[in-house]
Amino acid sequence: MIEFRGVGKRFADGTDAVIDFSLVMPSHRVTVLVGSSGSGKTTILRMINRMVDATVGTVEIDGEDVATLEPVQLRRRIGYVMQSGGLLPHRRVLDNITTVPRLNGMGRAEADERGLSLMDTVGLDRTLARRYPHQLSGGQQQRVGVARGLAVDPNILLMDEPFGAVDPIVRADLQAELLRLQRDIGKTVVFVTHDIDEAFLLGDQVVILSTGGVIAQQGTPAEILANPASDFVADFVGADRGRRALRVVEQDGRRVVVDGDGRAAGVLTDDPAAR
Amino acid sequence: MNWVGANLDLVVELTLTHARLSIVPILVGFVVAVPLGVFAWRFRWARGVTLTVVGLLYTIPSLALFVLLPPIIGISFLSELNVTIALSIYAVALMTRSATEALESVDPAVRGAANAMGYSGWGRFWAVDLPLAGPVLLAGLRVVSVSTVSLVTVGVLVGSRNLGYLFMNGLQRGIVAEIATGIVMTVLIAVAFDLLLALVGRLAMPWTQGAGGGRRSRRVARRIALTEGPT
Repeated sequence: MIEFRGVGKRFADGTDAVIDFSLVMPSHRVTVLVGSSGSGKTTILRMINRMVDATVGTVEIDGEDVATLEPVQLRRRIGYVMQSGGLLPHRRVLDNITTVPRLNGMGRAEADERGLSLMDTVGLDRTLARRYPHQLSGGQQQRVGVARGLAVDPNILLMDEPFGAVDPIVRADLQAELLRLQRDIGKTVVFVTHDIDEAFLLGDQVVILSTGGVIAQQGTPAEILANPASDFVADFVGADRGRRALRVVEQDGRRVVVDGDGRAAGVLTDDPAAR
Repeated sequence: MNWVGANLDLVVELTLTHARLSIVPILVGFVVAVPLGVFAWRFRWARGVTLTVVGLLYTIPSLALFVLLPPIIGISFLSELNVTIALSIYAVALMTRSATEALESVDPAVRGAANAMGYSGWGRFWAVDLPLAGPVLLAGLRVVSVSTVSLVTVGVLVGSRNLGYLFMNGLQRGIVAEIATGIVMTVLIAVAFDLLLALVGRLAMPWTQGAGGGRRSRRVARRIALTEGPT
């Protein structure tokens, strides 16, 4: 569990990126921080592994104040996945994945074995192991980034707009893969995005941020859609229009769900097992 | 060509000496300039002073340096060491700026990623910053190499025996073939060194193959080299 208590961050130039932020991110769940630029979402994420230090308040991991932990050691036990993978261009794919285990002193043979099995986990062909990052597609690079984030089998996985730089089809693929992966590994994931659709798809808990890291609303996607806390949230999630404003129409004796633009979104069913 | 045939021994001897005289300054330039470049890159306050000093060194005319050095360090004007030290100074001057720019050319996002993974200061420098600065470093070294090979010829003015001798002697005696031979052999040495450095770069930095980064870094280094230069 990650807990923020009254956390604020003022940068050296005097701007307040985050003002009095408090939140509990439960273990083995995906918490998505969603907001537009300037909402402080990335700053909040980076305070967990001390890439950014809070100016006020405390950040705790399982009751331990991160300010008391050595940043380098802390980062080596937290997975971090960033936009475009953030891969080291001069290291082969396998060496990128095994970077942190090797930093932690794991032997090469053992690390390579682990790296290869992680390639399987994230759906990368093992023949890519000897390639350099620039020889891979954007989606493949992103998978390498995820494999690297998982390399030390961390309890916590931080994901900073990881799928922001790939095209929509690949992104949908990666999102589905992440959901499948998370069902198996159950990490405590903190995911940052500006895309509300991505947030609703991936988040067990969705936190909508307005400027300065102010929580506009938090809850499950269903809770937020059912009861937007403010006009800001309603507008942000688009609860009353377009693809989210669904209504049921009768068609040939069945109930078809239609969105705000009149396009058929699906069929209403009573069977909870149908998925 | 008659002249070449009659003086083949001399040409070979001068070419080998020329190559030998070029190697030491190139190596010294690299070994001394990289730490200086790191220093100027890591400590903002040191950057201006370091780069200004090496920039000024590079503007001293070579002949003046040949004359100034011996009394300062207490060697003979005609000593081979005189030429070696003077050219090493130019190599350091040229390479330091390249080294600083090479380190600055490393993508900040990659550096951030390395920090996020848990690299600490010097560990990150050796594993990430220095290797990724490699292509621009190499490009800078190739400019230093060409520049040094051509500057060695000026050494004949202080008694160094190298291919420059063919220019002087050919000019005095009006033998065009001799001058031409001097030029051709100087260019050949420069090209040979450049190919050798490019090969070393390929072996040491296999990731640059086909990445398209090599050409750009060479342009950067050349731009740096062309902003100033000794005569």
